[in-house]
Amino acid sequence: MLTTADGRPLARALARSQGRARRKAFLLVLPLLAFILITFVVPIGQMLQRSFYNDGFSVHMPQVSAWFAATERGTPPDDAAWAALAADLTASAEARTIGVVGTRINYDMSGTRSLFTSTGRQVRSGIEPPYDQALLDINPAWGDPMLWSTMREAASPYTANFYLASVDRTRDEQGQIQQVEERQRVYLMLFWRTFWLSAVITALTFVLGFPIAHLLATLPMRKSNLLMILVLLPFWTSLLVRTTSWMVLLQQQGVINDLLVWLGVIGGGERLQMIYNQTGTIIAMTHILLPFMILPLYSVMRTINPSYVRAARSLGATSWTAFRRIYFPQTLPGLGAGAMLVFILAVGYYITPALVGGSSGQLISNMIAQHMTGTLNWSMAAALAALLLGAVLILYWLYDRLVGVDNLKLG
Amino acid sequence: MAVPTYASPLERVWHYFYLAICAAIFFFLIAPIIVIIPLSFNAAPYFTFTPAMRSLDPDGFSLRWYESLLTFGMQNPDSQGWAFWSDAWTNAKWVQAAKNSIIIGVFSTLVATVLGTLAALGLSRPEMPFRRAIMAILISPMIVPLIITATGMFFFYSNPCELLTLFGFSPECGRLAGTYLGVILAHATLGIPFVIITVTATLVGFDQSLNRAAASLGANPRTTFFKVTMPLILPGVVSGALFAFVTSFDEVVAVLFIAGPDQQTIPRQMWNGIREQISPAILAVATLLVISSIALLTTVELLRRRSERIRGVTPR
Repeated sequence: MLTTADGRPLARALARSQGRARRKAFLLVLPLLAFILITFVVPIGQMLQRSFYNDGFSVHMPQVSAWFAATERGTPPDDAAWAALAADLTASAEARTIGVVGTRINYDMSGTRSLFTSTGRQVRSGIEPPYDQALLDINPAWGDPMLWSTMREAASPYTANFYLASVDRTRDEQGQIQQVEERQRVYLMLFWRTFWLSAVITALTFVLGFPIAHLLATLPMRKSNLLMILVLLPFWTSLLVRTTSWMVLLQQQGVINDLLVWLGVIGGGERLQMIYNQTGTIIAMTHILLPFMILPLYSVMRTINPSYVRAARSLGATSWTAFRRIYFPQTLPGLGAGAMLVFILAVGYYITPALVGGSSGQLISNMIAQHMTGTLNWSMAAALAALLLGAVLILYWLYDRLVGVDNLKLG
Repeated sequence: MAVPTYASPLERVWHYFYLAICAAIFFFLIAPIIVIIPLSFNAAPYFTFTPAMRSLDPDGFSLRWYESLLTFGMQNPDSQGWAFWSDAWTNAKWVQAAKNSIIIGVFSTLVATVLGTLAALGLSRPEMPFRRAIMAILISPMIVPLIITATGMFFFYSNPCELLTLFGFSPECGRLAGTYLGVILAHATLGIPFVIITVTATLVGFDQSLNRAAASLGANPRTTFFKVTMPLILPGVVSGALFAFVTSFDEVVAVLFIAGPDQQTIPRQMWNGIREQISPAILAVATLLVISSIALLTTVELLRRRSERIRGVTPR
């Protein structure tokens, strides 16, 4: 057996020193890993928990929740149930949590928040048995089987309803899943629009980025470095500045419309509406994401040996055939990297659509923000975010597989 | 790129057509950024070139929007001399925003750069276990949509101790939302991927035998790091830090969600301006930001060349 100078087995000494090296390397990464876990991974996990966990009803309405847990789905409310409901409503109204309860039910059945708050105000002044009659006197809506079915759903803090709602589905009285009314179907359309617009933007960045990357890669270094500045300057310029300048340019009273009128292309009365709609979103986002396509394409094209194309030409290929069969296939790694990066970034874009998108150019991110700051339906925001995050992570995983995150380059 | 001598006339025509297309795309890339610079000197409150501007009449141009940047929010904009400047320093909205942006940018860059460089050093060692998976996690703040990150941070920063209740503790601790610390931590998180990417890219060409040479000559690990490794990777670290700073300086979504009224940054102030009543004052800010990004771009480019020179990587 081989041994070290001090008589230990060589294999063990080697394993030991390798283990020490591994631990040292890991210790260097550990602080950052912990930092990212605490400030980034855990917060997102906590947010995702809200998408399937909402105790707004179950915590503040314990007695009726217990009754729901003890009975079968579809059981009509009996005296015990009405008594439990009346007791919970009174307690919740006194603890001033009735609004939370109403809001929770309102998420699944719109228009019910005021039922809870107004009933709460009345039961605080006292409620006498029989409770079913008393509550129905306050508001006949308490007899609605749909309301009882909705409360049954909310009695358990764990729910899949927010996910159902984010794909435009809801539950009927029997708990069966069905599509929501036609005029309320927005989320699937928004997801579809987000992916469709991202695909259009990716295609446009490819069409615009390919010639530029090719030119930069084939020019001599000195010239291409100069021209590269024209690509890098937008890349380094603030996102808000670029969005603002597109707002200024594309306005009806803006530079482009003025120019078109001055050139006589359009009449003064028929100025084009190029902003606050999908066109605005597409133009601005294409401009903003173009460098992310050009840079990976460029770094791959730099490595393509020009003699392959020359060889193809000398063997009789036309320039188009040489490009299509020889040059283009070699650019595919760069194209794949650029396209995936642009698509991933486009799918989650928020700022630009919010500012230039109008109502037809809003993406799913804007809906998440709307639920966070407008309707305050945080569970809904979390469910939409979870679906979007899932899509992005799948793309990211593919990107890592095909390109490798360590091949990501900046400028 | 020249036309090859064997090109047919049609190919020559195509070649010049191709150059024209490229020129048009470069114009598309750069024109929107350049056009706001003259527009910010507009004397009229419009976003287009007025007839006076088109005829280069000096009356068509003015610095009024730059002045309005300074006076917006001031208590007594008509005061003179020292009183004017001290009022601007303490009350002007854009001055406050610039101060906040710089404070938050500098501290988040420090956090991101120190942690990111250490991690990049670890990740570049061949012995690093789970290298690929850890790298993917550390880069993910750049990939995950900002709105999702900001939403998660909003909940976490409102009650950072909620996490501990999962383990049975119920400590009391303050909010991070609405504090400088909260915004700094959030921006550090968002800047870290850029530091990791640039520093690991620098370390790819790093010759490990230099470290071994230093060690064999009797330097301890600390001396080796500060005297040998650090000077060589410094350009990468600095350009990573610049990326992190720009990320923070340009970030608005996390600020929207977790900053309080005291932490309004320049992008946040711009967001307000654009959403409410967009005035050419925004263009004046935008112009100042474009100028600063030109300065930054130049710095990064010079650093990159220096790095290539001292590492002996010749440009292809």
